[in-house]
Amino acid sequence: MLRLILMIFLCITGLTNVYGDTAIIVPDTMAERVRACTICHSAEDKAGRDAYYPRIAGKPQGYLFNQLRNFRDGRRYYQPMVILLENMSDEYLLEIARYFSLLQLPYPAPEQIHMQPEEIKRAERLIYSGNPDKDIPPCSACHGDVLMGIEPAIPALLGLSRAYIAAQLSGWRNGSIMRSQTPDCMSEIAKQLSDDEADAIAKWLASQPVTGESRPLSALLPELAYRCGQIIPANGGAR
Amino acid sequence: MSYPIFSVNCFKFNTSFWKYMAVLVFASLTPAVDVLAGDSKHSSETQQLMRGAYLTRVGNCMGCHTAKGGQPFAGGLRLSTSFGIFVTPNITPDKGTGIGLWSKADFWQALHEGKSRDGRLLYPAFPYTEYTKVTRQDADAIFAYLQSLPPISQSNPPSDIFFPYNFRPLLAIWRALYFKAGVFQPEQSQSDTWNRGAYLVQGLGHCNACHTTRNVLGASKDDALTGGQIMGMGWYAPSLSSRMEAGSGDWTTEEIVTLLKTGVTERAVTSGPMATVVRQSLQYLSQEDADAMAVYLKSLSENESGTVASGVTFSVMTGSLLKHLNQGRQLYDKHCKACHGADGKGVPGIYPALAGNRSVMMNPPSNAIRSVLNGGYPPTTAENPRPYGMPPFQQILRNEEVALVVSYIRNTWGNRSRLITAIDVDRNKDSRY
Repeated sequence: MLRLILMIFLCITGLTNVYGDTAIIVPDTMAERVRACTICHSAEDKAGRDAYYPRIAGKPQGYLFNQLRNFRDGRRYYQPMVILLENMSDEYLLEIARYFSLLQLPYPAPEQIHMQPEEIKRAERLIYSGNPDKDIPPCSACHGDVLMGIEPAIPALLGLSRAYIAAQLSGWRNGSIMRSQTPDCMSEIAKQLSDDEADAIAKWLASQPVTGESRPLSALLPELAYRCGQIIPANGGAR
Repeated sequence: MSYPIFSVNCFKFNTSFWKYMAVLVFASLTPAVDVLAGDSKHSSETQQLMRGAYLTRVGNCMGCHTAKGGQPFAGGLRLSTSFGIFVTPNITPDKGTGIGLWSKADFWQALHEGKSRDGRLLYPAFPYTEYTKVTRQDADAIFAYLQSLPPISQSNPPSDIFFPYNFRPLLAIWRALYFKAGVFQPEQSQSDTWNRGAYLVQGLGHCNACHTTRNVLGASKDDALTGGQIMGMGWYAPSLSSRMEAGSGDWTTEEIVTLLKTGVTERAVTSGPMATVVRQSLQYLSQEDADAMAVYLKSLSENESGTVASGVTFSVMTGSLLKHLNQGRQLYDKHCKACHGADGKGVPGIYPALAGNRSVMMNPPSNAIRSVLNGGYPPTTAENPRPYGMPPFQQILRNEEVALVVSYIRNTWGNRSRLITAIDVDRNKDSRY
């Protein structure tokens, strides 16, 4: 009897050691696996100490996959991202891209930005009509009629902050976002914009509420798909 | 969706379909090799190609001879060293820009004697000091495989080597001092497995290129894998012969094999440059070769006593020290505890234990600091295709905070090692753009 009590006692203490409050249960989920990402990338864009961390939730899978590979393969450069992705397979990057693309988080409210009427007109003209004289296509031609992107690789332009859009445009204009990716069509387009035009576009887009949904690939005009087609290479530098 | 390991242009070569398939399967899935290699239907030439593909992986030729995101084996990677920036050459069989005009003998001369086709002395950034131990048969197999690749026409910029090292004839003096050509000679007193491991570790694996101290002229101190700062990187390659560092004398060979092939074990996770080596090379080791390497690596520290000394000068925790560490503890509780646990035991195979972790306590402390600053993921491997990762804490913690938290993990749960300052942390920050 004493032996039995002793055994029960040992079992219980043994169990508490294993399942005591110090044990950590690691969920077998993507959310757990991407904790290294979500320390910076949250539901809203945020300004970190050294850089600006954009919201990546809900961006199209193909777009995210391309960006992940661009960082890993040296076409887009930001050291912390390069280090994180250095030893990841395409398969895993695709899974990470899919996870964030399906993550539905509420969008932040549009920014309150004061714009002059002529500034609004300039922005709307570029966004919906482009400027054929400078070979600038309308934003809506590639990013969809409601500017919510085209699956699988073109991101939405709404729900972004003015600071982010302005930074991206100036990044393309001075060639620091996607070096050595040819043709780098956004870079070609952004270089045609004047400072005032880039500023007006960033202000206008950031002040719009998010409505509508991304469009299917069939919404893209063939000539534009061709112009920017190499953004989505068949195996995109796979290894 | 499929991702060819090498370019699909292989079909343009005068290799038969089956040969191509065999090499492709071999290169991507080494375990298949044992089956295929034993098949007598394959010609000896095909077998040599498969063997060459495998050995090229083991030697990790592609790791250096491929630029980031570039064409495999077409070179162009920049190796930053204290002697200058070396740009790796194109070793595809392109006649103009690669090694298409090379013969077997030329290749052997480069690998074994460190001389280029035209007789020029090669800089030891190319690890011929280790590759010289490779047998002629293996060198020929690697050459045959490289010659079977699609030729890629790619001229790479010249290396930018600093004065006076750019005066190539000086290499003759260096070689007289530090280089002796010679194929690996097995030690009769040791088993075949041990000798096979020694051959791979000392030769093709060129572990010595990182895991030893280099002198001011860039020569490896010895071939005992005693650890050293990796040239051109902030990482420290721990000693593989000291139990205070990464010696594996008290590991089982199975555990060592698991680390080499998957990048993670119950008690360790590869990070930094070692994670890259596992991804590019070691995960493809055949079971037999991984076993052999493990036996040899284990033997390096088998006879050493297991005591861990940490060079700590304080034996008793004083009040101010405890107060200092307590600040680190608060940061730990906030940022680290959720994964590594209040007891520092982590989750085996997922989040490494910090209690008793040698790389946490190691001096120099660069690896522990860099792990906190950069975070990172273990490599994706066949056995561990979806690894868990660690966030890059430099995004949210200041240098002083990183110093506090690293000091804390180095001095709790029975760990003891010197404290870390914000200056230590700052030294381990790379340029960010």
